[in-house]
Amino acid sequence: METALPTVLGMALATRTDRRPSPARLLWRSTIGKKAVMAVTGLIMLLYLVSHLLGNLKVFAGPDEMNGYAHWLRTVGEPFLGHEWFVWLARCVLLAAVGLHGVSAYQLSRRDLAARPVPYAARRRATARDSYATRTMRWGGVILALFLVWHILDLTTGTVNPRGRAGHPYENIVATFSTWYGNAIYVVAMLALGLHVRHGFWSAAQTLGVNRPRRERALKATANALALVLTAGFLSIPLAVMTGVVS
Amino acid sequence: MNLRLRIWRQPGPAAEGALTSYDITGVSPDMSFLEMLDTLNEQLAERGEEPVAFDHDCREGVCGACGMVINGQAHGPERTTACQLHMRHFADGDTIVVEPWRAAAFPVLRDLVVDRGALDRIIGAGGYVTAPTGSAPEAHATPVPKESAETAFENAECIGCGACVAACPNGSAMLFTAAKVVHLGELPQGAPERDSRVLDMVGQMDTEGFGGCTNTGECATACPKGVPLPSIAAMNRDYLRAVRRGGGR
Ligand code: HEM
Ligand code: FES
Repeated sequence: METALPTVLGMALATRTDRRPSPARLLWRSTIGKKAVMAVTGLIMLLYLVSHLLGNLKVFAGPDEMNGYAHWLRTVGEPFLGHEWFVWLARCVLLAAVGLHGVSAYQLSRRDLAARPVPYAARRRATARDSYATRTMRWGGVILALFLVWHILDLTTGTVNPRGRAGHPYENIVATFSTWYGNAIYVVAMLALGLHVRHGFWSAAQTLGVNRPRRERALKATANALALVLTAGFLSIPLAVMTGVVS
Repeated sequence: MNLRLRIWRQPGPAAEGALTSYDITGVSPDMSFLEMLDTLNEQLAERGEEPVAFDHDCREGVCGACGMVINGQAHGPERTTACQLHMRHFADGDTIVVEPWRAAAFPVLRDLVVDRGALDRIIGAGGYVTAPTGSAPEAHATPVPKESAETAFENAECIGCGACVAACPNGSAMLFTAAKVVHLGELPQGAPERDSRVLDMVGQMDTEGFGGCTNTGECATACPKGVPLPSIAAMNRDYLRAVRRGGGR
């Protein structure tokens, strides 16, 4: 048997003349590969969100601290990097991540919808596993994408900000959260974010093959904790402005 | 028991189908769901109507031939096959909706019968081990670690019924494919073709028009054999590693 096996394998292989596409093409073409792209880009954005939250919480330390931090961000890496190189580098990575995530989500969603063209006439109640977070990934993602556009126009470019003074994020933040629509958009987006991360983090672990029967509970707990910390953390800022803690 | 059934009737693959209501009498709680359908078919035949077509073979929960969505759940309310589902799980006077598996990759042939050939083609793409045939090898010739044996067995329990595809909101065959990939990949006999197997089977799965996985877990909840959701993670792991290694070809 030991000697016969390679011969048989050799025969089987010899009949196959097709070659596999390159790894990148293989990934982008397969459902698993594209999902892995979503998982990696999602985790990159998640990592960004954690550091973004830590930065934002400096509003509680006052205008000098917050504005000083924003200024420092533009000097990171100097003199090796030029002024603002670091932020532009981060923006490029994030833009690529959002783009790949969104395009993959769109393509996979279209495929998924086409794969189940006829719905069931009998609707069964949702099972415990099919949580609200799971069912809202697509619309939640769209909400996040729209929020992202508004958020950049509001606090990065200042275009739609009531104040919009470059280099004064503290004052711009207070201005945004002094409007009812600023608060409303924020609250909706952050709740959507919490739900997206709740399913997304665990889903990414499953997609990247990190999940194992023994790790399932710990991964779900981590996903819930991350979702809670991000949502509560980001929401604390508009709440602080609304209640006058930050002004 | 007397029941009102609403069953999907469709004369052929290209024909229009519709849910049709039937009142059935004299159902015993000890009947299986298929025996209840047999009873209905007898009553239909007596009235000169066309009996309801459905797939079945072993009627003991091991072949995977039977399969229908009962009240919106694959194989009905219990975690078993339709042939092993008993009417005692329903109440007298209930209305029961019976539909075929719904997925683009499973075209309806007639009534509750769908073409599950796509699953066979996924198996054909790599769901085997290439080994010399002949007399069975001595059982202890290839030692298998106990944990691997258990994982392989848990996944080998898949009977290919397609409930995972039917339950998945994306009509995805990930759990089915994962069961075979993990079953064979876990064993030393399956190791030589581990990379090419996962790439070929997933490639075929995508070609057949199944959807992707969004990790809803509906498949594992519906699986009558309890193939677990982490098997999909294991297949993803194998797949991504095979891509990194260049695909075994
Ligand atoms: C451009 C806006 C976004 C869109 C349109 C979007 C859409 C989606 C969709 C449709 C999914 C798949 C859902 C499923 O598997 O059921 C998904 C998964 C995911 N998203 Fe997003 N999302 C967006 C933004 C974000 C952001 C800001 C994050 C950062 C926290 C994120 C993190 C994730 C993660 C980690 C996954 C899991 C990937 C996987 O299943 O392997 N997404 N997203
Ligand atoms: S008829 Fe064989 S599993 Fe149901």
